Amino acid sequence: MSGGVDSAVAAARAVEAGHDVTGVHLALSRMPGTFRTGSRGCCTIEDSLDARRAAGIIGIPFYVWDLSATFIDNVVDDFISEYAAGRTPNPCMRCNERIKFAALLDRALELGFDAVCTGHYATILNPDSATPELHRASAWAKDQSYVLGVLTTEQLRHSYFPLGDTPSKDLVRAEAERRGLSVANKPDSHDICFIPDGDTKGWLEERIPMSDGDIVDRDGTVVGRHDGALSFTVGQRKGLNLGVPAADGRPRFVIEVRPASNEVVVGPRAALDIAEIAGERHSWAGLDPVASGLTSGTALDMHEFEGEVQIRAHADPVPALITVANGEVVVRPHVPLNGVATGQTAVLYSQTRVLGQFTIDRTVSAV
Amino acid sequence: MPYFDHAATSPMPEAVISAWAEASRAVGNGSSTHRDGQVARLRFEEARENIAQALGAKGFDTTLTASGTEAINLAIKGLFWARNGMTAATVPPCDLPRTRIITTRTEHHATIDACEWLEKSCGAHIDYASVDADGLIDLESVRELLGDDVALVTTLWVNNEVGTIQPVADLAALAAEFGVPVHVDAVAALGYVPISLSDSGVNALSVSAHKVGGPVSVGALAVARGTSIVPLIHGGSQQLLRSGSLDSAGAAAAAVAIRLATTDIEAHAAELASLRDYLRDGVLRAVPDAVVRGSQVSRVAGNLHVTIPGVDSAYLLFLLDEAGFSVSAGSACTAGVAGVSHVLAEMGSTDARGALRMTLGRSNTRAEVDEFVEILPSLVERVRGLTVS
Repeated sequence: MSGGVDSAVAAARAVEAGHDVTGVHLALSRMPGTFRTGSRGCCTIEDSLDARRAAGIIGIPFYVWDLSATFIDNVVDDFISEYAAGRTPNPCMRCNERIKFAALLDRALELGFDAVCTGHYATILNPDSATPELHRASAWAKDQSYVLGVLTTEQLRHSYFPLGDTPSKDLVRAEAERRGLSVANKPDSHDICFIPDGDTKGWLEERIPMSDGDIVDRDGTVVGRHDGALSFTVGQRKGLNLGVPAADGRPRFVIEVRPASNEVVVGPRAALDIAEIAGERHSWAGLDPVASGLTSGTALDMHEFEGEVQIRAHADPVPALITVANGEVVVRPHVPLNGVATGQTAVLYSQTRVLGQFTIDRTVSAV
Repeated sequence: MPYFDHAATSPMPEAVISAWAEASRAVGNGSSTHRDGQVARLRFEEARENIAQALGAKGFDTTLTASGTEAINLAIKGLFWARNGMTAATVPPCDLPRTRIITTRTEHHATIDACEWLEKSCGAHIDYASVDADGLIDLESVRELLGDDVALVTTLWVNNEVGTIQPVADLAALAAEFGVPVHVDAVAALGYVPISLSDSGVNALSVSAHKVGGPVSVGALAVARGTSIVPLIHGGSQQLLRSGSLDSAGAAAAAVAIRLATTDIEAHAAELASLRDYLRDGVLRAVPDAVVRGSQVSRVAGNLHVTIPGVDSAYLLFLLDEAGFSVSAGSACTAGVAGVSHVLAEMGSTDARGALRMTLGRSNTRAEVDEFVEILPSLVERVRGLTVS
């Protein structure tokens, strides 16, 4: 229970469904004060108090489990090292993969629980079977299946998302109100929980040694200076302060960050169009595509099929040809993807079903 | 449900509930001049005298507060300010003559945080006396720290985590040689060891009623005559050192609780110590590698504190709670997470994450202890089997 409205309502629904429910709030910071920046919907002292109060209203026991050490190792340090390598990680996915549905789930199973129930908007079909399927929530606007794309069959079998069939967040808020939960009108959390003031650039600059360097165009011509390449993100337009105007007078965007040469590469919007993405670090959510009968191929390490790819939590899915070859997943979207950074996670879908995900290691420009 | 957490708070005896309820039925503010007010004042003063008597102090020299923490804050800050020339009517001088506070690193957070606040806001300097592996204060190190520029010495009478009893009278005699006042936090001592302001020779002594079955909302600070303390709370001077309406009902209930807890204290403590030793033997039989922390000789009766290697006590406490046992890790919680104990760290313990504090009270039985000892090994094994995260 994060202290937000979704997990509170999920807990209440789980109780109503007849489960024996215990509320657990994760303490993710060892440094008191670090996250104490007022209530933000997750991870502050105030949020833990809100979670405790919600558990009290629902009438379930409540505990705080300290997973701060593993959170720092697996999420915070990973976030820093990914940026240091010039990639753009998604810490929320990492938290789901390593903390909520791994460290927390393992601990819960070991302590005698059957599943971890969260307030994520997603649906699991056949959760009790050997072949559970992860699907989008019925309300696409709130769908969070993207950040759950890292879950494996075993994790899905022990996960429970009671909010998956709720048509809108407003209904969840109304339900919270009706249940007397004081978090009914609490704002959603958006930013990264371990960066208290939301200043990701400043936070990274304190942790990664950065130095001045050149901003270059695709031909290698120096068009400006930056004060640290690693705090730039592919697709970024603001904060470039370019001295030399583009030949066509149009805005330029970050199209690549090169940590080795400490260069930021800029180019026109069209240069952000990506015709191919690929990566080796992948997992299948439930049955793999071969076992699911999605592909004519029979070898798990060599097959291709049609599906959709989504590269951000709130991006639209794009139809694509998906190829698995020699341990690498290669995706060729039928229309170009826009603003893809290495380190991002690509989640693969077949209509509403989440097939799996991979971390993007390389991209091929469309132009 | 067996309750082994009396150091956190203790069950309220029926006699205390009755005294509280009865006093609550009467109307009257103890500061009013009419007869209703006079009755309320009388009830408050009787209760205060009874409490003072149990603490070896005088009624008017004892201030009833709203918590033990408030009493400790009043003592530490009030003594610090008074020793630096401040009175109830004057602001402190800029150049403080006595900035040093002598304490230990094994105090309760009421003391740690009050001292650190003085350090940050008033230019205080905290000097830490050494403690040994049992948590006993080293008087020689106190002697080395004492001097003209010391505002006060403050320490626990009984350590709230590991139960070690400090040589309070010796400490008071030592500080008196230097003319330095001593405050003792006797919250964990009340009802378990005989405490007396006058016999011990300390200048100020804090207690809390709920540790012995009184209301949570009543604490007390007993101060020796001639010791100056500057009040914290202003607004009516209902008591010499504290403003705020007199809580006659709370005082009456606290007085009954403290009387019950301090009558025949030696006999009760001996009985409790025997049950505690029975628990200790059982726990060590059940978990042979558990290590008893705190002094085995100078130890408060109801306290058993162990560290269990390879155990994260948060999860052991969860399983114990599920099995119906209320037990504690002993250390302070921040937002529900018990931090690794600063007390154990100072005592040199390296397995503080596996801390388990069992504090017994008069309601506990051998049958409960047997039940606990029986279930403990399997739960410890389960926690030891947890995946390292």
